[in-house]
Amino acid sequence: MTNTPSILVVDDEKVVRDSLTKWFLQDGYDVESADSGAEALKRLQVRKRDLILLDIKMPGMDGMELQQRVKEIDSGATIIFITAHATIDSAVQALKQGAFDYVTKPVDPDYLSHVVANALRQRTLAIENERMRDSITSASRAEEIVGESPQMKKLFELIDTVAKTDTTVMIRGESGTGKELVARAIHANSNRRFFPVVPVNCGGLAEGLLESELFGHERGAFTGAHYRRKGKLELADGGTLFLDEVGNISAKTQMDLLRVLETKQFTRVGGNDVLRTDFRVVCATNSDLEQAVKQGTFREDLYYRLNVFSIVLPPLRERRSDIPLLANYFVKKYALQMNKAVTGLAPDAMEQVVQYSWPGNVRELENAIERAMVLGTPPMLKASDLPFQMTNERGRIRTGTLADIERAYVTEVLERNRWNISRSAEELDIDRVTLYHKIDKYGLKKPS
Amino acid sequence: MSGTIHVLNGSGVDTGALGATVRRLHEVFHAAVELHPFQPDLTRVFDPSRSQYHSSGVLKQMLDDLSAHGNPADKLIGLVDVDLFIPVLTFVYGEAQLKGRCAVVSTFRLRNELYGLPPNERIFRDRIEKECVHEVGHTYGLVHCRDTECVMRSSTYVEEIDLKGSLMCPACDEKRRGLMSD
Repeated sequence: MTNTPSILVVDDEKVVRDSLTKWFLQDGYDVESADSGAEALKRLQVRKRDLILLDIKMPGMDGMELQQRVKEIDSGATIIFITAHATIDSAVQALKQGAFDYVTKPVDPDYLSHVVANALRQRTLAIENERMRDSITSASRAEEIVGESPQMKKLFELIDTVAKTDTTVMIRGESGTGKELVARAIHANSNRRFFPVVPVNCGGLAEGLLESELFGHERGAFTGAHYRRKGKLELADGGTLFLDEVGNISAKTQMDLLRVLETKQFTRVGGNDVLRTDFRVVCATNSDLEQAVKQGTFREDLYYRLNVFSIVLPPLRERRSDIPLLANYFVKKYALQMNKAVTGLAPDAMEQVVQYSWPGNVRELENAIERAMVLGTPPMLKASDLPFQMTNERGRIRTGTLADIERAYVTEVLERNRWNISRSAEELDIDRVTLYHKIDKYGLKKPS
Repeated sequence: MSGTIHVLNGSGVDTGALGATVRRLHEVFHAAVELHPFQPDLTRVFDPSRSQYHSSGVLKQMLDDLSAHGNPADKLIGLVDVDLFIPVLTFVYGEAQLKGRCAVVSTFRLRNELYGLPPNERIFRDRIEKECVHEVGHTYGLVHCRDTECVMRSSTYVEEIDLKGSLMCPACDEKRRGLMSD
């Protein structure tokens, strides 16, 4: 890659093309010219340029149309229009549509030098800015969601895919699997990332309160409404509205919410003004919405409006290979917060952590590590620092040899999956052949 | 030494006043420099709508009429006293073929009188000297330099010509050596 700024001169007049090309070549720029809009597009499809000088009046595709087409190829393209006095109105229009500047022919050489230098400086700053934002975005995602298992790799792919669109996303998963983190990662990787992500806990608020929380209220709308207050819908304008526990919304609020999602318009509680807002919806639930629709407690039309793209988060017990990674991540996090020189978990502690069933998922694991960090002493956390003990309860650690524990656990997973080999192998994070070997090794039999 | 630099004086400036320019060109480019009279047909490149003369047209005349003669490694720099332009710019002090044979410099905008100032022959000769070295530098393939002292720095105001020196910075001089030995 070269550091020499590149310029494309687009003009149907050969004399203008030649003189500008020569002028910029002597200034040390990498310059090419095109005699028509079509030729310019062809060249830009092969290679983007740092700066494009466009003649407004050209036969066929004029400069204005070309600007729009160029922006489709390179949305950040820096464009300077070259115009005659008679077309200044068009140049003003071009500026409104995103051109950097315009120069009128013939242009003062000093002015041309300054305009070009300023445009290139701004382009460089914009690119640097974009790179910094991207690095911050990717750093935040990598920090917040931890996992290298096949399920998590697939999840990262889904997040990347859906984030670039403006589609409504429904995140399903057990409590503690990190639904809000995924919602924030979708927002952080989307085009709305420079606007707010506004979470609303639909399960934690009574009907009237949720309505006021979402839509805001006017002064005097109800007892205690001393001031006008903006709702979450207004606060999320331009950004993402994250509706957590969406299955718990009352029938009336479901209807109001549906109307907002369809029209992007609403009124504050106690108000008459119709307000407009533009947000993306990401929602989450751990309840069986399909069942709720069948029972009539959740509106079918709202269900379809919300369930456009669905992401299912695996429970922690189904991605055990991620547990050591997560445990070490939380140790590092709390070691920094508590200023304790703990570097990891002792082997016996790690074995317990990996074997435990984690019904409360990642949140429970984080709480367990935080508690152990309070009790434990450097350099490693011991099994006795952990908040649970080895027991024979279902879902808890069993005693016996490793082979005994493995036999019991494989049996349990097979039974839970009604001896479906593919699903059981997936839950155990092993391939089907390995599972057949283990069935054979331990003499396990499918109940008739 | 690679070729001769021919200074073609069509500017009306006294030959003796161009002595410093000839010496400087020899010093900077280590080439033989010869001074000749020059009478281009400027009526052919006059644009009545702008009352200016198209510099690319002057270059073309120099190429057509003169470049067939002499060593192909020679450089030709024409000096004229009319106001030059290229179509997209309001004016130019000169124009050169980048890595080519010909260059032209106008003395029109180099005189103090044009800007309402008292005449100053020394400043005028310095400006001619710097512009000639600059344009000949382009014919050897040098591009504009950011060094404020370097003669290859771009000048879009006459004051900028006065601010820069008449010699090349070490970086441009090294490039020149490389280009002239190609």
